[in-house]
Amino acid sequence: MVQNRISDLYRNDAILDHCMNPRNNKLLNDVDFNGDAINPFCGDEIHFSIKLTSIGRISKIGFIGDGCAINQASGSMFSVLVKGFTFNEINECTKLFRQHMQNSEENIMDVGDHDISALFQVRKFPIRIKCVLLACSALENAYQNYIDSI
Amino acid sequence: MLDIYKIRKDFPILSRMINEKPLIYLDNAATTHKPKQVIDALVDFYENHNSNVHRGVHTLSMEATDMYELAREKVSNFINSETTQSIIWTRNASESLNIVAYSWGQHNINNGDEILLSPMEHHSNLIPWQELARKKGATVRFIPMTDDGTLDICDLESLINKRTKLVSIVHVSNAIGTVNQVKIICDKAHSMGALFLLDGAQSVPHMPIDVRDLDCDFFVFSGHKMMGPTGIGVLYVKMDILNQMEPMLTGGEMVLEVTYEKATWADLPMRFEAGTPNIADAIGLGAAIDYLTNIGMENIHNYEKSIIEYGLDKFKELGNDVQLFGPKDPALRGAVFSFHSPDVHPHDMGTILDGMGIAVRTGHHCAMPLVRGLGVSATARASCYVYNTIDEIDSLIVGLKETVRYFKDGAKSDI
Repeated sequence: MVQNRISDLYRNDAILDHCMNPRNNKLLNDVDFNGDAINPFCGDEIHFSIKLTSIGRISKIGFIGDGCAINQASGSMFSVLVKGFTFNEINECTKLFRQHMQNSEENIMDVGDHDISALFQVRKFPIRIKCVLLACSALENAYQNYIDSI
Repeated sequence: MLDIYKIRKDFPILSRMINEKPLIYLDNAATTHKPKQVIDALVDFYENHNSNVHRGVHTLSMEATDMYELAREKVSNFINSETTQSIIWTRNASESLNIVAYSWGQHNINNGDEILLSPMEHHSNLIPWQELARKKGATVRFIPMTDDGTLDICDLESLINKRTKLVSIVHVSNAIGTVNQVKIICDKAHSMGALFLLDGAQSVPHMPIDVRDLDCDFFVFSGHKMMGPTGIGVLYVKMDILNQMEPMLTGGEMVLEVTYEKATWADLPMRFEAGTPNIADAIGLGAAIDYLTNIGMENIHNYEKSIIEYGLDKFKELGNDVQLFGPKDPALRGAVFSFHSPDVHPHDMGTILDGMGIAVRTGHHCAMPLVRGLGVSATARASCYVYNTIDEIDSLIVGLKETVRYFKDGAKSDI
């Protein structure tokens, strides 16, 4: 489906599915690291809690947030995507994702047919890119908390 | 009876299509559109009269000065100021408020003093006082608010006391539409020796204003919310107070005599207008005032009352799907409908309505503490002006119904 208007994003199956049935949508009780991000201009927020395995891979991840459908879908999709990652892999992933979203010409990141690829369509609507990137900011904050702890 | 469709023809932008739909512009509390008469006044100034004002002896400078000062006179008459000397040009209401905080507040607010505000202030009538209070050791207090979004003035006796030096209140709330009953508060402030500032950014465009009848000491508003250009605003100050105030900005235009050691200030109001002013937009605001006066402020007020009554009734059709904030009594509110749906985030609502050609604003409306107090992170806000029609309210309600249904039934319907 060709999506030319922002409102068409609300007809995207993956975005709708993740915003209406968000995955991992609660914070963990037993947490190794938290990551938070707030956009003061619109009031949206996303919070991740992360539990690592003994070899430093994400075993459990939870998120909660308050924001628009794009923002909440992004939190849900990222929670699925990064499960099993190390923090260094998260860092690489968020860097690439951010570059991809902010570059309307080149495809910098390839996620195959993962649901999160639906968010790449938001590149056409610069005003909503910040909604997608808030989850990235929260994961970057978690990465920073991890770096500060070692 | 106003002919709204005739009025609409004066606004070129209202014939635009947005996302292949006719524009339904309901973001007038943010800024209003400009009639052809205002746009023409700007073009006429730049094409035929452009020059700097004051002191010039050539023809263009005299023409520009006359037009610029005539605009000031129009503002003065529009709000029934006693004299044009009380009318200071600013960039917007925010700048007007900051001038009061700096030029009056710095010299009159001291340690232990109190500044009384309402909880529904725009950030522009909150932060300057927070900053002033922090620097001076003063306290900012707030009049409580009732559940329906009106000010609870039962306890005014204890709120305004001998420590209160300023009461600064918004006339009409941009966020929830409440029309505050300011005369009682103003009288009480004066009886305790405090000054009274009224933020008229959302009232001047919609109702007749008489600063002498209101008896406010300061009155502020912006041109762009009343069909005028952006970048021009007004500060009205009673003369006896203005005479005691020191200028915030110094430099060109605002001086009488300058030596290498010192300067003396020009007469009012130029003392407060350092530098080359925003000549064209002041003239544009003058044209907007002509336009509004021609329709009649009482007519505009009455027409908008009918929009408010109609809108309040129509919102009832949405039941619990949409929560409408602000007073339920149409007499106590402006044509601002601020709402929240438990099923649709305001930003999604705003985006989907935009797909239908309907422009509403979403967010905290520069009243973050107020919106948080409503128990939501943001609201969607539809705000009307005299060029909006009953049909447009119908379209909004249909759009809201469709959007809520779409999200409620798991996107099985269409939008």
